[in-house]
Amino acid sequence: MSETAFEPGVPSPHMHDPHLHPPANAAKDAPSWELLSTCVHCGLCLNHCPTYKVLSNEMDSPRGRIYQVLQVNEGKMPLGETFVQHIDRCLGCVACEIACPSGVKYGRIVERARAQIEQGYKRPLIQRVLRNFFYNKVIPNFRTLSFVAKLMRFYQRSGMQTLVRKSGLLKLMGVADLDKLSPQIDKEFFFSEIGKVFPAIGAKRGKVAFVAGCINNVAFSHLNRATVNVLTQNGIEVHIPEGQGCCGALHAHAGLREEARALARHNINIFLGADYDAIVTNAAGCGSNMKEYDDLLENDPAYLGRAKEFKAKMKDVTEYLAGIGLVAPKRKIGQRVAYQDPCHLANAQRIRTQPRELLAAIGCELVELPHSDQCCGSAGVYNVAQNELSMKILEKKMEDVTSVSSDMLATANVGCMIQLRAGVQQRGLTLPVKHVMELLDEAYGGN
Amino acid sequence: MDSSIIRQLRKIAGKEAVLDRPEELMLYEYDAGVDKHRPGAVVFAQSTQQVSQVMKLASDKKIPVVPRGAGTGLSGGAIARREAIVLSLARMNKILEIDVPNQRAVVQPGVVNLELSNATTKFGYYYAPDPSSQKACTIGGNVAENSGGPHTLALGVTVNHVTGLEVVLPDGKVIELGGKAQDSTGLDLTGFFVGSEGTMGVVTRITVKLTKLPEHVTTLLAIYNTVEDAANTVVAITQSGVTPAALEMLDGWMVRCVEANVHAGYPEDAAAVLLIELEGMRETVNEQAEAVSAVCMQQKAREVRHAKDEKQRQLLWLGRKTAFGAVGRVSPSYYTQDGVIPRTKVPYTLAEIERISKHYGLIIGNVFHAGDGNLHPLILFDSRDPKQTENSRKAAKEIMACCLKFGGSITGEHGVGLEKMGLMTAMFTEDDLEVMVRLRNAFNPESILNPQKMIPDLHFCREITGPLPKAKFEPVAGLPV
Repeated sequence: MSETAFEPGVPSPHMHDPHLHPPANAAKDAPSWELLSTCVHCGLCLNHCPTYKVLSNEMDSPRGRIYQVLQVNEGKMPLGETFVQHIDRCLGCVACEIACPSGVKYGRIVERARAQIEQGYKRPLIQRVLRNFFYNKVIPNFRTLSFVAKLMRFYQRSGMQTLVRKSGLLKLMGVADLDKLSPQIDKEFFFSEIGKVFPAIGAKRGKVAFVAGCINNVAFSHLNRATVNVLTQNGIEVHIPEGQGCCGALHAHAGLREEARALARHNINIFLGADYDAIVTNAAGCGSNMKEYDDLLENDPAYLGRAKEFKAKMKDVTEYLAGIGLVAPKRKIGQRVAYQDPCHLANAQRIRTQPRELLAAIGCELVELPHSDQCCGSAGVYNVAQNELSMKILEKKMEDVTSVSSDMLATANVGCMIQLRAGVQQRGLTLPVKHVMELLDEAYGGN
Repeated sequence: MDSSIIRQLRKIAGKEAVLDRPEELMLYEYDAGVDKHRPGAVVFAQSTQQVSQVMKLASDKKIPVVPRGAGTGLSGGAIARREAIVLSLARMNKILEIDVPNQRAVVQPGVVNLELSNATTKFGYYYAPDPSSQKACTIGGNVAENSGGPHTLALGVTVNHVTGLEVVLPDGKVIELGGKAQDSTGLDLTGFFVGSEGTMGVVTRITVKLTKLPEHVTTLLAIYNTVEDAANTVVAITQSGVTPAALEMLDGWMVRCVEANVHAGYPEDAAAVLLIELEGMRETVNEQAEAVSAVCMQQKAREVRHAKDEKQRQLLWLGRKTAFGAVGRVSPSYYTQDGVIPRTKVPYTLAEIERISKHYGLIIGNVFHAGDGNLHPLILFDSRDPKQTENSRKAAKEIMACCLKFGGSITGEHGVGLEKMGLMTAMFTEDDLEVMVRLRNAFNPESILNPQKMIPDLHFCREITGPLPKAKFEPVAGLPV
């Protein structure tokens, strides 16, 4: 098995994959040598990677994934099934970036590798159909999203779900875990609030644009209302600009960079349309992606400047509120709260202290959760796409959750909430899982 | 690899626990060092019994086996030779017992070094050997390499903290060496195994000592305008009678690299800094801190800073421990050296390294365990340029020659492995090496385990490596030789 067996373009007898691909570094959006060569394969990232911790193999470690991207770029490894499997298994939690002494921008590498996959690899038909429907039809189009959500609401509330669950049909089809992970669809959607302006209560301290999100509109409208209430109670005038769309985070993570770029340009046009102090979101995943608009549009001179302007204004709601300081709440929440750091807040945006400060400010007693900065396995659509692995990662998270004594779990991202709720339910615990904004809302007396 | 071997390995360890496709094997061709070689198969063992079965199969079929932990080694110890089977112990990662009253822990080899300390601090104890890769490297790997770390100046290296081992021999036999007791009866085979770089047996269970957390810890940062002053301070501190828990030195170039990574407040205009840690009872530590500060100032330190709180102390150490990797910010590749010299020769060796750096036109950064005289010069190069790659190897050889000239050694803690096997003849006589070969043969007669590592093949070594370049010395005014 000599080196020459893997010369670029020369079919090797050792290759099991019949599609030998040419070097993939010419693909649009391929990660550059500069991006890849910052990795000196020291391996300090290994034990910070949730998939390595579960699988203990090099292919599912950050160092190993970077090495695979390098090999594919040089044509030494095919852009084939094995490569796709290991890149797909990455959560994108970027805990490795925190551990990395070389400052490797792993998140950017993996997103670009996924773009290479989208451009150069043909997924099985069923995957292609599902991905196309979800990424191109449902989430970017609020009308379709609303329709799909209504169908799901009917399934959940008509008694059909209970019936199906009892029948054992889900287990038979192997989707029982997925069913548990589907969010409870709201009675009233948040779409009706888009386009409205909510005046500041008391002395006005600022004016922000609120990103309503996509799934939040149909499954977490309560959280969105709570967020708006907390902001107005703090003297902030909240605008929910008409025409806003999906932020494109899920597209960027899936390697659909052109689709993500189109959504980014659209949102830049909408949110920079008026003079806001900040653009705020309560979803860590959306926030971290929107702070990367300048990377996404690095080769678009017409938008790069505005993307940077947008990035400068983009704030997670906990970051924004901790920055301006909270108005004294009406009541204190005297409960013991264990806080789970969302990866896209703690790792991608390096926001760790702010949510804890807010919780402390409303009288919560903070219980430090061991490994609170390790991913719970939610990771966007990961818990659906990589369900088995996601459940193993959740298992480890729940071990930490049960190792401390608290009255509730708090986090700051809806994806994490869905996943943690599934974990709590699986273990038969009665621990409520809440967003930091929901707790703040309670402290300000609700809507 | 023969498909019947793969089938048998799968039968032993399970279908998911064996890799044989080239796309997967590629990921086991490297470690954190410079050498690469693709194995014929990878098998993940989950129990001592499986390790034993794999070894028996390999012995029967005469297939070499290379044990591997996290692959953070720097000397190629876990790199395959020929079409070897890589035996990964990463999935044997359970802490089996924490025996607080006896200050012992029993662990599987795949347990990550820092995780053991994390599991024992709540009892007031920790595992002392702290290699810089401790957040990723495994205790099994530490045993193989006899790993050190910044804090081994006062507390000793891995061998001083291992009291018992369960070992699988190449023929599959399982033996017990030592136990929880401090001293073993008969030949001290535990001590003999630690540092044998996987050439004698596969360690499957390790009994280690736990060390009491110190009551008080203080970290000082002494800042210098010249490298010589810093180097002289190292000698002066040890002569003053104080043994710091750690005594580390970084040259100015490294300081800037590290500061860009951690923002711990390392002074970017310094020519060198010393990171000095003192631990013990509060009063003693405070007295020692004063004494050490005075020595530093006498040796022309520009300033001595005390870490103002635990957070800053941790940051300073984070910077030191991630120093190698931080080099990745400025250079696509680097070659880490691991030479040892008597600490009195630090000033002269550093001057010599600077000469070598200029001669080859390669940046060489220095970060090292100054108290032990264990140098880690990092030679920067671009692996895409064959000339630079070749020069980095030549420069490395010259640095090693210099260490040997001063009565030092070619490795302090990273091991010989593949990387420095050729240098062994420069350090040992043929008779010395022959004894090592005989000892190895007592356990591993057919070189099934980690072949062509650490001990060179006596009949060929001279031809393979050639003579070491003669160390050149240009006298530097004012420095002792």
